[in-house]
Amino acid sequence: MLVAKLCAGQTYSISQLTRGSRLSRQAITKHLRVLEGAGIVHSSRAGRESLFEFDPEPIAEVREYLRFVSEQWDEALGRLKALVER
Amino acid sequence: MSTDRIEKRIELKAPISRVWRALTDYKEFGEWFRVKLEGPFVVGQISTGHITYPGYEHVRWEAMVQRMEQERLFSFTWAHPKSFDKASYSPDYSKEPTTLVEFRLEKTATGTLLVLTESGFDKLPADRRLEAFRRNEGGWTEQMKNIENHVAKNT
Repeated sequence: MLVAKLCAGQTYSISQLTRGSRLSRQAITKHLRVLEGAGIVHSSRAGRESLFEFDPEPIAEVREYLRFVSEQWDEALGRLKALVER
Repeated sequence: MSTDRIEKRIELKAPISRVWRALTDYKEFGEWFRVKLEGPFVVGQISTGHITYPGYEHVRWEAMVQRMEQERLFSFTWAHPKSFDKASYSPDYSKEPTTLVEFRLEKTATGTLLVLTESGFDKLPADRRLEAFRRNEGGWTEQMKNIENHVAKNT
């Protein structure tokens, strides 16, 4: 939903992204930081505002996918540990 | 950082025979992996079933068992579906690229060291990666809603 709003090559302020969304400004900001951590969104400052830009760089997507699969394995191996140590 | 493989190492306080059983007995595997398998693992044969993880019950499990070396190595290849979303999910994996999953076991002083590797991600096309990301964001949105509901109930 947030990604659908963010188009490559354009910058957006948090107010612009919050407009028309059911999520609060805080929730949007949290989302953006997660996306930023994953390398899919970059931010820059303009005065007091942070501006966000979508970056569809393929390497970020690779990392993100690996992170997703990696998390699934962490959960699964956690369950395996619980099973054999029971 | 390699983009082709994932490696996990986990120390288990259980004998190697116990871990081997949890990995290769199809019912035990299904319990922790959250998949309902139709039958035992046999080298060179396709293992089928369906995922039991909540929200992914429509997803078919299909893996080709590669190696089963008693209490040492268990491996299979499996496909990464283009999408897990109910609306765009396709149960036909025949054209999907596969990754190799390997479980290696080593005896330690306190139990067993399990080394998991999954490799071959470089073969996956980029659209899959973005799809996975969108799915993840959906999960995040869901979590935010859960938190909101929880907070709302407790104020």
